[in-house]
Amino acid sequence: MKRPTIDPGKSAAWTDDRLAVASPVRRLMNKVFPDHWSFLLGEIALYSFVVLLLSGVFLTLFFDPSMQEVVYQGPYTPLYGIPMSRAFESSLEISFEVRGGLIMRQIHHWAALLFMASILVHMFRVFFTGAFRRPRELNWLIGMTLLILGILEGFAGYSLPDDALSGTGLRIMHAIVLSIPVIGTWTAFALFGGEFPGTDIVPRLYIVHVLLVPGLLLALIGAHMGLLVKQKHTQFPGPGRTEDNVVGHRMVPGFAAKAGGFFMIVFAMIAFLGGVFQINPIWLFGPYEAAVVSAGSQPDWYVGFLDGSTRLMPPWEITAFGHTVPALFWPTVVLPGILFTVAMLYPWLEQRYTGDRAHHNLLQRPRDVPDRTALGAMAVGFYVVLFISGGNDIIAEKFDISLNAMTWIGRVGLLVVPPLAYYVAHRLCLGLQQNDRETLVHGVETGIIRRLPNGAFVEVHQPLGPVDDHGHGELGYAGWAVPKKMNRLGALGSSVKGFFVPIEQPTEAPVSPAPSRELTGARGDD
Amino acid sequence: MISSSAARVGDRFRRHSGLVVLALALGLLGTMYAAFAPVSQADEQKTTASAEDVREGQQLFEGGCITCHGRNAQGVQDRGPSLIGVGAASVEFQVGTGRMPMARNEAQAVRKPALYDDKQTRQLAAYVESIGGGPQLPSGELRSTDKDVIAEGGRLFRLNCSSCHAFGMGGGALSSGKFAPSLQPSTDRDLYAAMLTGPQNMPVFGDNQLTRDEKKAIISYVQAQKGDQDPGGAGIGRTGPVPEGLVVFLVGIVGLLIATLWIAGKS
Repeated sequence: MKRPTIDPGKSAAWTDDRLAVASPVRRLMNKVFPDHWSFLLGEIALYSFVVLLLSGVFLTLFFDPSMQEVVYQGPYTPLYGIPMSRAFESSLEISFEVRGGLIMRQIHHWAALLFMASILVHMFRVFFTGAFRRPRELNWLIGMTLLILGILEGFAGYSLPDDALSGTGLRIMHAIVLSIPVIGTWTAFALFGGEFPGTDIVPRLYIVHVLLVPGLLLALIGAHMGLLVKQKHTQFPGPGRTEDNVVGHRMVPGFAAKAGGFFMIVFAMIAFLGGVFQINPIWLFGPYEAAVVSAGSQPDWYVGFLDGSTRLMPPWEITAFGHTVPALFWPTVVLPGILFTVAMLYPWLEQRYTGDRAHHNLLQRPRDVPDRTALGAMAVGFYVVLFISGGNDIIAEKFDISLNAMTWIGRVGLLVVPPLAYYVAHRLCLGLQQNDRETLVHGVETGIIRRLPNGAFVEVHQPLGPVDDHGHGELGYAGWAVPKKMNRLGALGSSVKGFFVPIEQPTEAPVSPAPSRELTGARGDD
Repeated sequence: MISSSAARVGDRFRRHSGLVVLALALGLLGTMYAAFAPVSQADEQKTTASAEDVREGQQLFEGGCITCHGRNAQGVQDRGPSLIGVGAASVEFQVGTGRMPMARNEAQAVRKPALYDDKQTRQLAAYVESIGGGPQLPSGELRSTDKDVIAEGGRLFRLNCSSCHAFGMGGGALSSGKFAPSLQPSTDRDLYAAMLTGPQNMPVFGDNQLTRDEKKAIISYVQAQKGDQDPGGAGIGRTGPVPEGLVVFLVGIVGLLIATLWIAGKS
């Protein structure tokens, strides 16, 4: 009996006849990804998003966003007989009754925190290496939009279980909306369907959380990556790398294998966090009641900077034209408005400031653009002060510091830390550049000390290239890593092969330049 | 005529009935007052302390407490408050948990190993009780294992206690270096005494605010939750989103950064 055979060529031809995908797929498979660890940071966000979608689908099967009041009769006895909303009851069911529900809830929550954290780190990479410059300004805009949508999505998810923590968060959100002059009261009524808390807000946030924002996120992530493929990757300058090429691995097989492996590693990390660290124990917070506000009620970390700005804001209330502008309005509406607007417009602001409107595919090392790096350090300093102040009560309690002192440290720090960060980062950049230039001119220190006939000691330097009459190197400054050690020049093999140090060429047998006897002045055996 | 005499009788009755109603109303009010009046200190159980205990307690007081609380426990300006009327419960809490004597004058006394043993604490309590009375702890079991009581205690805890001691009982910061301490080391009697006497910066939860049964319910919940293993893994302090944010950066991001270095190094 003849076995049925499948001819791969035939089936490929069959597919291409009908879908005409051969050339786009070939282009995609041949897309080259440059090899640098910092290019993997955005992938963490992408893979976390995949985990979020999968675990979120699981949770939707069991979560019920209903505000109908029920009396808990489930297995968690410390809440037995307590009246609560159906939404909170179903969250408890997911935690204690659904098989694998608790770990799925925790994986979902940890993936959300990791998603936001990796977006931030990815954004740092893009900013500090100048990857947002023309032609990639639009992708920077999309990325910022993704960050803001991520905050919104996270907040909506945080509010769904209807425990005391999420209710407290919603109460604060309600107050923020109320604080907007003129339209605040009407907007709050429209959002909440009447007075706080009402029964409308949780079902509304549910649709926002499971349909509206995830749809937008998915579409924008698609656009983000589509632009990336279309515009091709940026890369650091280096040997053989120009504005017109990309040096690295092809999508198939090299990059695909790596990316697949990295997805597994990210997934493993999230599963590890979800399995080992308890997150948001809603059963301890209990159902939301307007009178219950626990100490240590904080937003998740990505909203923490707004909590911090609120804590640092002095209680200044302005009344003008019959309208009151509460102090809350400035740190929670105006400040993030300014921060996100400036961040979104940054590529154009920089173009205006530097006059550099050219097409760039090569990245810049942070040290080579001291002004931008210092501005970034300033922004990070500002953010970190706000972020730390968002948890200042916990820090005050754990480290025996007065809470009032923490508030003043934050207020003073908000004004002092950013300029200080600017100055320090700027000096560091110049210093690092100087160090590179020095090595290019004088060569690498060999560690060999030579004694001159006149008794002076000098260290022998290994020039990196041809030298002029004065023994100074003639290599120009290229904005690329300069080897600073002899073993980076192949004098010694690297001790940890391939773990942190890329192996670009097989290292030869170690040859250490042993100084001759005359040089060291060692005497013979006597 | 009939109608007029009937009206007269009616008038007299009406005249007298005002007095009767007034008397009845006053009587009823008195009875109701007796029934519902504040009883926070009306029926505290009096424990019998011998004159010997009081004398010993006074000696201890004059040895260790008089510097700050003054002669006859009347208090010293800017150093220590008067102890007249604070009661035996307060002494048991402050001395029994080691908060008194204080190591130094600061925002708040902290729990530390007790300086006086149980007998000495009782003698001190007897002395303080003898100079002005005050609240005393009830004897007997203060905890229940009934699940309805624990659930009710949880509701009361979240409503009354969690705003300072936090949902996970780990405590929290108050203004100017003051704080609500963790409830982890607290015994049943510590918790009851704290609610009854309002030590340091804690408000008093007298029997009008939380009845005895409600206090016992709260104690039952607090002690039951201590035995509760965190079902989701390491509790990371049961402190809320702050340590969670710390973990996602220290473990998640740092771990994955190492992974990116590893992967990019393998080329």
